[in-house]
Amino acid sequence: MDALTLLLLSVMTAATPLLLAALGELITEKSGVLNLGVEGMMIVGAVCAFAVSVSTGNAAAGIAAGAVAGAAMALIFGFLTLTMLANQVATGLALTIFGIGLSALIGKGYVGIAVAPLAKLHIPLLSDIPLLGPILFGQDALVYLSLLSVLAVYWFMKRTRAGLVLRAVGDSHEAAHAIGYSVIRIRYLAVLFGGAMAGLAGAYLSLAYTPLWAENMTAGRGWIALALVVFSTWRPGRLLAGAYLFGGITILQLHAQSAGWGVPSQIMSMLPYLATILVLVIISGDRAKIRLNAPACLGKVFHPAQ
Amino acid sequence: MNDNHNDPSTPLLELRGIRKAFPGVVANDDVSLSIKHSEIHALLGENGAGKSTLVKIIYGVLRPDQGDLLWQGKPVDLAGPSAARDLGIGMVFQHFSLFEALSVAENIELALPSKGEGGFDRAELPDRISEVSAQYGLPLDPRRTVLDLSVGERQRIEIVRCLLQDPKLLIMDEPTSVLTPQEVGRLFETLRRLASEGCAILYISHKLQEIRDLCETATILRGGKVVATCDPRQQSVQSLANMMIGETPLKPERPAGRVLEKSNRLEVRGLSLPAQKAFGTALKDISFSVRGGEVLGLAGVAGNGQPELMTALIGEVLTYPEAVRIDGQPVGRLGPRRRREAGACFVPEERNGHATAPDMPLADNGLLSADRRMGLTRGGWILSRARDRFAGEVIQRFSVKASGIGAAAKSLSGGNLQKFSVGREIAQNPGVLVINQPTWGVDAGSAAAIQEAILALAAEGAAVVVISQDLDELFAIADRIAVMSEGKLSRPKPIGEVTIEEIGLLMGGIQGEKTGATV
Repeated sequence: MDALTLLLLSVMTAATPLLLAALGELITEKSGVLNLGVEGMMIVGAVCAFAVSVSTGNAAAGIAAGAVAGAAMALIFGFLTLTMLANQVATGLALTIFGIGLSALIGKGYVGIAVAPLAKLHIPLLSDIPLLGPILFGQDALVYLSLLSVLAVYWFMKRTRAGLVLRAVGDSHEAAHAIGYSVIRIRYLAVLFGGAMAGLAGAYLSLAYTPLWAENMTAGRGWIALALVVFSTWRPGRLLAGAYLFGGITILQLHAQSAGWGVPSQIMSMLPYLATILVLVIISGDRAKIRLNAPACLGKVFHPAQ
Repeated sequence: MNDNHNDPSTPLLELRGIRKAFPGVVANDDVSLSIKHSEIHALLGENGAGKSTLVKIIYGVLRPDQGDLLWQGKPVDLAGPSAARDLGIGMVFQHFSLFEALSVAENIELALPSKGEGGFDRAELPDRISEVSAQYGLPLDPRRTVLDLSVGERQRIEIVRCLLQDPKLLIMDEPTSVLTPQEVGRLFETLRRLASEGCAILYISHKLQEIRDLCETATILRGGKVVATCDPRQQSVQSLANMMIGETPLKPERPAGRVLEKSNRLEVRGLSLPAQKAFGTALKDISFSVRGGEVLGLAGVAGNGQPELMTALIGEVLTYPEAVRIDGQPVGRLGPRRRREAGACFVPEERNGHATAPDMPLADNGLLSADRRMGLTRGGWILSRARDRFAGEVIQRFSVKASGIGAAAKSLSGGNLQKFSVGREIAQNPGVLVINQPTWGVDAGSAAAIQEAILALAAEGAAVVVISQDLDELFAIADRIAVMSEGKLSRPKPIGEVTIEEIGLLMGGIQGEKTGATV
């Protein structure tokens, strides 16, 4: 495998967790719920996936555990904000802090253990094609899942009635309620999906990206995922571009640092964040488009009894 | 059920002893009414009389505390709007419950059952919409986004949506407030045809003449109770009004002997403005002037540039200095606060969110528009006593029903909030007052009070511009009238020299051209 292939592979690896978490948050936000707890759900997903993977020796069980753990965290959030009508911003922030603490507690016995990285799926012949082969046909299952999810989310929102209902609930929960849709139930489902996807993203971090457990290993990726959702103006295609842009610059600056450019490493580490946000701000400059895609009820508490 | 359906003596829908209480208010108290098959039944009452609550109960949005609903003679318990729709009840809301970011077709699809439950196929829905809208004369493009549509067009979505479901009972909540007289005529034809095809209609309106023209039975609510059930065709407008509100006269009285000042207090010259948003209307060379003591009425169907003109007059969009003059001072490049200082006050159409901040108390809403003119702040500090006194005066003078100056704007009913929004500006005694849709969705009693306040202000020497789609209103209060169409303004004519039909034709003829071009 040559250097370029390796580089591209690592870009995909860096982009995948962002893509997974952001797609989940996109669905959550489209239903009108702002869950700022992505980072917390992600890290709990990461530690649970790692723990289950280590104790059972089964990576698939680990991945499933990550998703379930993320969804369980989201359920806490859903209960507080949708049933108890708590403020979504405050609850989301609390969820992140809670998640980081909880993950450190669960992960105590797992620090310093390593597992084999998630197996790459080698498709015979195709994965042997030079350059493109390993990239397109030699990835692990979660990478494919993340790419399929982009298509699935796009198709779901554009082409299915359930997706239409989801967008409607996010656009005006009162109108949706007046027609007779169960706003709370739909939002619970969206929040749970968001949690499961964040959990998957965490599982990817602790099982494939760096196959070990370290406290705080999500390192702000949950926040980047949140920013990606907003700057992609809630469109899955742009989310994909944003995630890969971020992944690409992350890897490039790492290479640049090791190549010994005379730029302080702190500035280099800032680059992916700066560049991603800058590019997305520029491409999302069309206000009319934003108005059309942004869920109008985002973050608003829905009181069903009126 | 079929036996009952064929038996004309069994009412389609019967309410018996409905009671619904909210904390602090009994909205419906022992309400009974019955709607026969194919009947056009009016529900009359002031805002706050309990019409909306009753309608929500019929449509399954609210559940009654007591009482029974009988559908074709059988007791039913409506668990939600979808249960009501399953029975065959359709509703056109007053405040359209539409999804702004979605297209016309998507909005309609959401309200219909899915294909498996007897709805339409996604792919063929747009064609069905075009079909029904053509059949009933309600032009509508299924692909447009609701965000870009006018109020009138939004209403058509609701009507078409209901018609697609073949309803047995159609509830129409104040449907004509955004239509021209000709469009109202066409809507009535549609409704009569529906009724003759076997669909009963529950028609809610405060326009008494309409109810006399259209309805066979009227149930009149006052203070949550049924005060009368009658045949409106046997009643006069005045007798209906008396039953509804008691004794208040309906027509505002023009103060006699008004003297117009010589000078123009508001002058608009050659005002042109490109469209501000997709499907907005560009303003084209608008010129008019209003003298002190005069009320100028601007008629026109929704979506012909009224909101655009309003933003240009308020100063939300800046033009060039000479485009707008207040008392001779060019203000075209000044923002809203500077124009207020120059002596003008404004009441935009949307009372919740544009005229007032919905979550803020009335006291602060008063302050937001009146702080300079009424001296409610000093050196950046709020003079809370002056602020509270001002809001209190507005509430008292315009009989705004609110729990007090601390009540959030959105907690008021539409009519009361409108009285507050208009009253707040009139109380500042402006030299120029511009009002867009002063009485839209406001009950007759409040509307008369607002119109009288406008006339009183003009009598004191102010120049008033009233933008309205309600021709009866303009003919009641304006001295001169002009028509807005496609961003242009016709030459204003004195009220005595034109008839309602002429103005209506002018509005309607141009509207016909417009829809012909877009469909």
